[in-house]
Amino acid sequence: MRPEVFKMIDRVVSIDPSLQKIHCQGLVPEESSIFEGHFPGYPIMPGVLLIEAMAQTTGWLVLARNRFNKMPFLATVKEAKLRTFVLPGQNLDLYSEILHEGSGFVVAKTQAMLEGKPICSAELTFRVLPWPEGKMKPVVMKVAEHVSFPLADFTDA
Amino acid sequence: MSSTFDTVASIIAETCDIPRDTITPDSHAIDDLGIDSLDFLDIAFAIDKAFGIKLPLEQWTQEVNDGKATTEQYFVLKNLCARIDELVAAKVA
Repeated sequence: MRPEVFKMIDRVVSIDPSLQKIHCQGLVPEESSIFEGHFPGYPIMPGVLLIEAMAQTTGWLVLARNRFNKMPFLATVKEAKLRTFVLPGQNLDLYSEILHEGSGFVVAKTQAMLEGKPICSAELTFRVLPWPEGKMKPVVMKVAEHVSFPLADFTDA
Repeated sequence: MSSTFDTVASIIAETCDIPRDTITPDSHAIDDLGIDSLDFLDIAFAIDKAFGIKLPLEQWTQEVNDGKATTEQYFVLKNLCARIDELVAAKVA
């Protein structure tokens, strides 16, 4: 995980065959520039970045469901709960499950766990849109390789 | 139609915090009720769940953008309810 550049996911662990659920992991680094401000002398992961990690987890699942032909953009965060502090060196298990896929949007229930205990959760809505012009799609596909996303299974040849 | 409207009006009232008695079959969701596209995602989610359908929002938006349809056809509530009834009937058929 490199939270200072919004790389919140280290690895896609699994995507279930029905494309309803995903499991990812992210190790909170021992050092990051974000801890200079959050907080000086008491480093804890900002809650907004935990929500970002849950959003990115869901994002990989939505990309898989759409075979990388459309891109999810976070639109709504509901019922966000941040139950405990997350500290440098802790390894997060991130899970997301699709609640509903509408026309041009997806709603998902997502949570992060630490050693089997829930630490945060939210209901997220994404707009699912055509890729913007430019480099975004190839860059995201490059990131997919780095996080062990099974590209061959979820992209069209 | 009336029960569809009652369900939709209740969803809108609850989702957007709009007084139920101000929502009528002739209300335009955008122009009269001030519902924006983000709130409409919540409404679409609730309608999809309540009726077991998938409102074709992308298709409707495309038709409006292409000038092939007006927003009134889809976003005046009596028309929206008629579309919902059609989708429910198509699902049953």
